[in-house]
Amino acid sequence: MRVNFVLSEVATGLRRNLTMTVAMILTTAISLGLMGTGLLIAGMISDMKEIYYDKVQVSIFLAEDVTEEQRAGIESRLESSPEVKSYIYESKDEAFERFQQQFSQQPELVENTPPDALPESFRVELVNPERYEVIKAEFPAGADGVDQVRDEGDFLDRLFSLLNGARNATIAVAVVQALAALLLISNTIQLAAFNRRNETNIMRLVGASRWYTQLPFILEAAVAGLIGALLAVGGLVLTKVLFVDRTLAGPIKAGIIPPVDWSAIALIAPVIAAAGVGLAGIAAYVTLRLYVRL
Amino acid sequence: MIELQHVTKLYPASSRPALDDVSTEIDKGEFVFLIGSSGSGKSTFLRLLLKEDTPTSGTISVNGKTLNTMSKWQVPKLRRTMGCVFQDFRLLRDRTVAQNVAFALEVINKPARTIKRVVPEVLEMVGLEGKAQRLPGELSGGEQQRVAIARAFVNRPLVLLADEPTGNLDPETSEGIMLLLERINRTGTTVIMATHDYHIVDSMRRRVIELNGGVLTRDQSRGVYGVGR
Ligand SMILES: Nc1ncnc2c1ncn2[C@@H]1O[C@H](COP(=O)(O)OP(=O)(O)OP(=O)(O)O)[C@@H](O)[C@H]1O
Ligand SMILES: [Mg+2]
Repeated sequence: MRVNFVLSEVATGLRRNLTMTVAMILTTAISLGLMGTGLLIAGMISDMKEIYYDKVQVSIFLAEDVTEEQRAGIESRLESSPEVKSYIYESKDEAFERFQQQFSQQPELVENTPPDALPESFRVELVNPERYEVIKAEFPAGADGVDQVRDEGDFLDRLFSLLNGARNATIAVAVVQALAALLLISNTIQLAAFNRRNETNIMRLVGASRWYTQLPFILEAAVAGLIGALLAVGGLVLTKVLFVDRTLAGPIKAGIIPPVDWSAIALIAPVIAAAGVGLAGIAAYVTLRLYVRL
Repeated sequence: MIELQHVTKLYPASSRPALDDVSTEIDKGEFVFLIGSSGSGKSTFLRLLLKEDTPTSGTISVNGKTLNTMSKWQVPKLRRTMGCVFQDFRLLRDRTVAQNVAFALEVINKPARTIKRVVPEVLEMVGLEGKAQRLPGELSGGEQQRVAIARAFVNRPLVLLADEPTGNLDPETSEGIMLLLERINRTGTTVIMATHDYHIVDSMRRRVIELNGGVLTRDQSRGVYGVGR
């Protein structure tokens, strides 16, 4: 294969259709950027699940007027229950401390909350998180010093269904955008083939192989796909540096939201690049097979 | 080396066949004129030999290979044994004479060394040795056709197909082109030339195949263009 020949054909092709090439690169970049964002959110969701679900599944809040024996009774029942994997006790002071930390960004809220407003509680990890109802039945609300039993998982489920929705929406938009990118690639390749019909006609007549004739067009699309992918990765890096690391710095520090690691982006970048190059190349190949006589 | 048996070509959008039950044989090294009025099927005949199109019925074989059963990926190999030249030259306007000729070799993967050697050779043969760096737009019609012939011949094809190669040229220039085609024929290359130019046909006295509405009506060695001319 005469590499120089093919590469110069590719460069000429990209230059000749500059506007179409730019459009093709930009739509590809947006599509891949959204795809990358979707993947990052997916990674974040699984990180968050680890952070939250692992810590606490059920909170048993104690009543204001709980007695010493009642508290000891609850503890011993937790100790002996086969449903309970582990538990920790959180006093009023500890609860307030954690509250202060979590809402350090909102000092007014902290100032207006008296230190003893938060109830003491047992935070319980279950052997099987699904068996929350059993614990709830074991510690009926309003009796034996128990104020209420709350399934933290329930709240988390709602939170995560929201995040999953965000991820799905991002990926859906990425797919639609990818469709637009594919159509644009197909169109660009048809135009490129038309622009170079003199060359390709001669190639056909002198017996150039089909592969040799098609390769410059396929590479042209693949190069555009690669540039699109690079732009998309650049976009993700900028989003991390300018948005995630700055605007979300507070909640990330407080451990509410996991940080977006460089390693996550480094892991996603080759996926995006492969998707960009692969999809563009395949779109070009299919277009040539279907619409262009070479 | 070229054989047509009962070849009929019916284009989808027409009721009258472009070629109608044509059978003939052309040997290696022959020089054949393909004549007939406009629309008689000459270009169709040549297109079928190149497998640019397939016959509706009948069989065609070139160099012992039957085109009808040839698969798509074998077609390039067939075309490397055939050169073709057209009335409108079909040169690449943004490449020099030398680049136009080299193009035909580059795209079939010939080594750069070979290309560097044979391109000047063939340009000298067609009489364009001083004009290798010109663009086609800077050449006369006759010179452009010489470039096209150089490109068709540079890979030493067994057959040269020429579809009205002198159609756009004046009689004197045409004569030069015919001398060149004769010279190529003398190297052993079979030449099949479709033409309307009766001066040329009459003066060369070569084999003449005449088509009339797609039907082969005359096949004459050392023939002339036609009676009553
Ligand atoms: N691609 C095509 N589709 C449909 N009909 C065609 C096609 N090519 C040629 N024809 C028809 O087939 C017949 C033969 O055409 P062809 O081009 O072979 O004639 P020709 O002898 O080369 O004519 P000319 O001397 O004008 O070049 C004509 O009636 C033409 O209209
Ligand atoms: Mg014709």
